[in-house]
Amino acid sequence: MHYDERLDGPLPEVDKAALLTRLRRDLPDLHLLHRREDLTPYECDGLSAYRTVPMLVALPATLEQVQALMRIASEEGVPVVARGAGTGLSGGALPLEKGILLVMARFNRILEIDAEAGTARVQPGVRNLAISQAAAPYGLYYAPDPSSQIACSIGGNVAENAGGVHCLKYGLTVHNLLKLEIVTVDGECLTLGSDALDTPGFDLMALFTGSEGMLGIVTEITVKLLPAPPRAKVLLASFDSVENAGQAVADIIAAGVIPGGLEMMDNLALCAAEDFARAGYPRDAAAILLCELDGVESDVDEDCQRVRAVMENAGATDIRQARDDAERQRFWAGRKAAFPAVGRISPDYYCMDGTIPKRELPKVLAGIEALSREYHLRVANVFHAGDGNMHPLILFDANDEDQLHRAEELGGRILELCVAVGGSITGEHGVGREKINQMCSQFDADEITCFHAVKAAFDPQRLLNPGKNIPTLNRCAEFGAMHIHRGELPFPELERF
Amino acid sequence: MGDQAEALLERVRAARAEGRPLCPRGTGGKSHLGRPVDGEVLDTLGHSGVVHYDPSELVVTARAGTRVSELIATLAEQDQMLPFEPPLFGGDASVGGMVASGLAGPRRPWAGSVRDFVLGTRVITGEGQHLRFGGEVMKNVAGYDLSRLMAGSFGCLGLITEVSFKVLPRPRASRSLQLRLTGDQARDNILGWRRRGLPLSAACHGGGLLRLRLEGNQGSVEAAAREIDGEPLADEHYWDKLRDHRLPFFDGGKPLWRLSLPPATPVLELPGTLLSDWGGAQRWLKSDTDADTLRQLAASAGGSATRFSGEEPEDAPFHPLPAALLRYHQTLKARLDPERIFNPGRLYADL
Repeated sequence: MHYDERLDGPLPEVDKAALLTRLRRDLPDLHLLHRREDLTPYECDGLSAYRTVPMLVALPATLEQVQALMRIASEEGVPVVARGAGTGLSGGALPLEKGILLVMARFNRILEIDAEAGTARVQPGVRNLAISQAAAPYGLYYAPDPSSQIACSIGGNVAENAGGVHCLKYGLTVHNLLKLEIVTVDGECLTLGSDALDTPGFDLMALFTGSEGMLGIVTEITVKLLPAPPRAKVLLASFDSVENAGQAVADIIAAGVIPGGLEMMDNLALCAAEDFARAGYPRDAAAILLCELDGVESDVDEDCQRVRAVMENAGATDIRQARDDAERQRFWAGRKAAFPAVGRISPDYYCMDGTIPKRELPKVLAGIEALSREYHLRVANVFHAGDGNMHPLILFDANDEDQLHRAEELGGRILELCVAVGGSITGEHGVGREKINQMCSQFDADEITCFHAVKAAFDPQRLLNPGKNIPTLNRCAEFGAMHIHRGELPFPELERF
Repeated sequence: MGDQAEALLERVRAARAEGRPLCPRGTGGKSHLGRPVDGEVLDTLGHSGVVHYDPSELVVTARAGTRVSELIATLAEQDQMLPFEPPLFGGDASVGGMVASGLAGPRRPWAGSVRDFVLGTRVITGEGQHLRFGGEVMKNVAGYDLSRLMAGSFGCLGLITEVSFKVLPRPRASRSLQLRLTGDQARDNILGWRRRGLPLSAACHGGGLLRLRLEGNQGSVEAAAREIDGEPLADEHYWDKLRDHRLPFFDGGKPLWRLSLPPATPVLELPGTLLSDWGGAQRWLKSDTDADTLRQLAASAGGSATRFSGEEPEDAPFHPLPAALLRYHQTLKARLDPERIFNPGRLYADL
């Protein structure tokens, strides 16, 4: 999945030595890496199957350096790929051989916590969890909590519009931002949003959130902080079929309860998690649901009873409520360790990120099972059930060329299945490089052309992260064989399930 | 009634071919907002109806011409709601106008804005194409978020034909209270209650009275009401009247300004009569004071000032943008609406 100039568009030829000379002259204090052995650690992000050694790595420490670097990159026509902590799972920070990798790790300061207003002003390299830790003394926290929250940076969260397990109730990154400071491709600094609840003009902050570093470089972020819920309770329910578990999810929502977290795991995933984390999961269940209710004590108690009744009606074979905080943490530890746990039962795994309307869950799981048999690869399913975000984990061995190929193809088929039932190829990991072909399934040529028009408004030379997020029409034509038009079911075999 | 997308598309294509600007219009309740546009009115009300609603998915999709009152009633049958409480100026609104204006009611600071609940849109672009962005799922980060960009764009970037929203269950319990407090006391109290997680869902101060609404489950609402210890709010329709500008405060007279300010902003010395909604983050001001003065006051507090209504037309009702930001607005408009057929100049003269 290297950048392919034939399909992704030509990249300017850059004289590395001349560029290095100019950068050193104009920006003597800018930390630059240019030797092969220094560049290699940056060759991939969290999607380590894709690797490209960048031409140069720049590690700016000030806004002025970012601005000057972007001015030079624009003048010299050098592509720039921004990177935060490099934990992204879609290859959004995959470098370019002919480009600069702009690493924002040194922008690592929490600039201000305003407890009264309930806001934090932070630099993009600050870790997600560090914000909540800094806010904790004030009884506040930052709500979006992607599972990589101990390592991922808030700048990367903005670029990907990151989610987590609490999105249904507390929203995505885009719902928890007030203000962004960004540097444009030619080095201009803009403020999007404000400390007020709305801002005159177009909502460019919403447009920039999730734009994967294609429209500008985020240099400062003001996030909302929420009061930590005084009470949280977790129910762990077992089901002897995924259909029943799916029904319980729909019924909980229909009963007017919005859980703080609502997670489903299938048997393969829950057994792996149990072996790894000893969370106390029932190994004989076809699926489990973890339902966390948070808020004021009396409301939580009321909702707990309601959810319990709904789960029983939906056919839960066992329902356990965490007796204390330690058990609650243990229930969650299993879920949060699901990915590494699956990593223990297979040499490699490939994590997918499709979203579907929740009602389609049984159909999609049946479809995944059929595909799993077709490709002779096991798939473990972890599901943010409350918001319809699936993370099928495809188990394979990367040392086996054929398995790797099959895993990639199976992943693509799963995403197309998500699109076919009215869902999306990515819920929270982003398109990046990984799902660039599947974009041609979700959007038609006119829609993709419209995305290009948006890009051109901010980056007419297409220097920011080329080859990511939005495919060229050439690429879609090449993958035309897999193109699905919305509304026309591309999987006639689906009806068999 | 029904699907008139093809007819709307034809209108847009014809306007595009002839270079005639269009002014999309629903019920017209917000037509006084923004600058007047010299263009042909494009009535969207015929393109109406709820296309899809699945209460257990918390998602509803409706065509742009659907009456918001109808949508609210449909959701209420399932005990669900549009959490941002959209205003129904003049009695109603259309779904398209609701999204295009991005205006939200008293619950906004606690529940979120219009764009926070937009999941997907169908839009006719300046290229004369009917496109779809986002969808009917809660989480969707494929492509740029053009759906949320449409919210509050005042129809300047394309014609919204259909919108999918996230909806929420209606709270099981609701209590409204009033307390006699000064502006400063009201501010400090609201910030304290918010920090302690009290289930506030509206807070408006004016005339020495703080009016509050508590919403949630029975237990938390009762507990919060005991803690706050106010009198019951006399007018049970107060919040709807506030939302729709039907309170006596909004009657005629001096121009009405809307100041959008950071939530913890102290009481400002503002020239005129004040009604401070959203716990102080949205202040309605009736004042003859000139635009520059008011804008300076709002900007120095970190906010903005919009002239909402008044007898005399105002050439720049919206708070001006910094030059660099305006330039990017212009570029974006030029890319998405190259023939300038959608509400040219409605937001800003040069946009």
